[in-house]
Amino acid sequence: MEKQVILNEKQVELTLHRLCHQLIENHNNFSDSVIIGLQPRGIHVVNRLKKTLEQKLNHSITCGNLDITFYRDDFRRRETPIIPSATNIDFVIENKKVVLVDDVLYTGRTIRSGLDALLAYGRPQKVELLTLIDRRFKRHLPIQADYIGKAVDTLISERVTIEWKETDGKDQVILFTPNDNHG
Amino acid sequence: MTTMDNLSVDHLTGIRDLTRQDIETIFTTADSFKAVINRPIKKVPSLRDITIANLFFENSTRTRLSFELAEKRLSADVVNFSAASSSVKKGETLVDTVNNILSMKVDMVVMRHPNPGAAKFLSERIPAKVINAGDGTHEHPTQALLDAYSIREKLGTVEGKKVVIVGDILHSRVALSNIYALQKLGAEVMVCGPTTLIPKYIHELGVKVEHNLRKALEWCDVANMLRIQLERQDIQFFPSLREYSMLFGLNKEILDSLSKEIVVMHPGPINRGVEITSDVADSKQSIILQQVENGVAVRMAVIYLLAAKVERG
Repeated sequence: MEKQVILNEKQVELTLHRLCHQLIENHNNFSDSVIIGLQPRGIHVVNRLKKTLEQKLNHSITCGNLDITFYRDDFRRRETPIIPSATNIDFVIENKKVVLVDDVLYTGRTIRSGLDALLAYGRPQKVELLTLIDRRFKRHLPIQADYIGKAVDTLISERVTIEWKETDGKDQVILFTPNDNHG
Repeated sequence: MTTMDNLSVDHLTGIRDLTRQDIETIFTTADSFKAVINRPIKKVPSLRDITIANLFFENSTRTRLSFELAEKRLSADVVNFSAASSSVKKGETLVDTVNNILSMKVDMVVMRHPNPGAAKFLSERIPAKVINAGDGTHEHPTQALLDAYSIREKLGTVEGKKVVIVGDILHSRVALSNIYALQKLGAEVMVCGPTTLIPKYIHELGVKVEHNLRKALEWCDVANMLRIQLERQDIQFFPSLREYSMLFGLNKEILDSLSKEIVVMHPGPINRGVEITSDVADSKQSIILQQVENGVAVRMAVIYLLAAKVERG
């Protein structure tokens, strides 16, 4: 497995700052907007965005977590069941602008499930999508992100992993390529 | 995204067949479903391509409603059947009845039946997944799961807790399933009741036996009060309900005189004034209504995990 760092610690920080500025451009002071991270890995991105946005805006931002396990389209198509994570949305999303956040956008199926899961909590005025990494040209569904940290071109056999200081010791985005890859 | 092990069984015919890991998996899944049923939209689409038949060859209100709600909240298609209005009365066998229903493309069967072993018998003869909703005096696995789940929720864990099951142990499928479930989760179990209502070989299951209610209550952390099943008693097991109630009924006076606060449970339906007085049933120590709420979440978890094993066709 060949390992290539796509974003190092400094670049991750810069990217998150840029995404925050883009969010502020569209959502002003977030009075009508909320951020919802998709479990399990989207919540790391949300935690960072929240911290940076709150520093920039000087007030707290409403954030939540959404688990999509029961909305997935691969139930009964997997060998083993997925352990559900917690959903934590203790605010009303009705008529709010929701920014849905995940770490990597790949086939789009997770986002499709996320949209379904989200609507169980009410009817938002608008839903946008933010992703730290966009694996371009790999979509199974017509879903695109509104805010993209970095777009990368990858092969199906490759894997993109995002590591976080809190859980992995260091912020970085890594692309893994199998050694016997000829395509 | 992490995955967990599949259940070790293809059907839920009894707690006896489950491993501790199975029970923990069901509880973890039930935690998520409990969150689902407390939201504004209490439904998830997971089972929209699954059809479930609820076959009740014996009366039930709470269990049938609880299963039906669990199924609907998972978006399964549901058909109901009760023996009173069926061809069983015309002499059809159980397997024939069920196979006819399965020809209509049913993936899972929830069955209550008066004969012990009926669920196991059926599970060996039909292609659908079977969930036992009570088979005679044998087992009632989902009740035991929701009881243990409610103890876990109230006390944090089941491991190391002392649970006394009081009442008609002889005719109770709830008692047997509870004994298996609680022991698998590491609890100590005692049964308490008149000698005539305690099965002769119960100690072989590794449970304590006590005939004095006060002593049993002083020992326990949780008391599960069972109903006297008069409908299953073909002979007289005790002189009168009044005498039973005086010796084995839980009232506020005994409860308040104990050296510690215990948790009071009841699988329902309650006979107020017989095994439990109204003030105890409605007291803060009673978790009877939480048991009912947890029943839906636990049944959703069982159905969801078994449905994951239904082959796609």
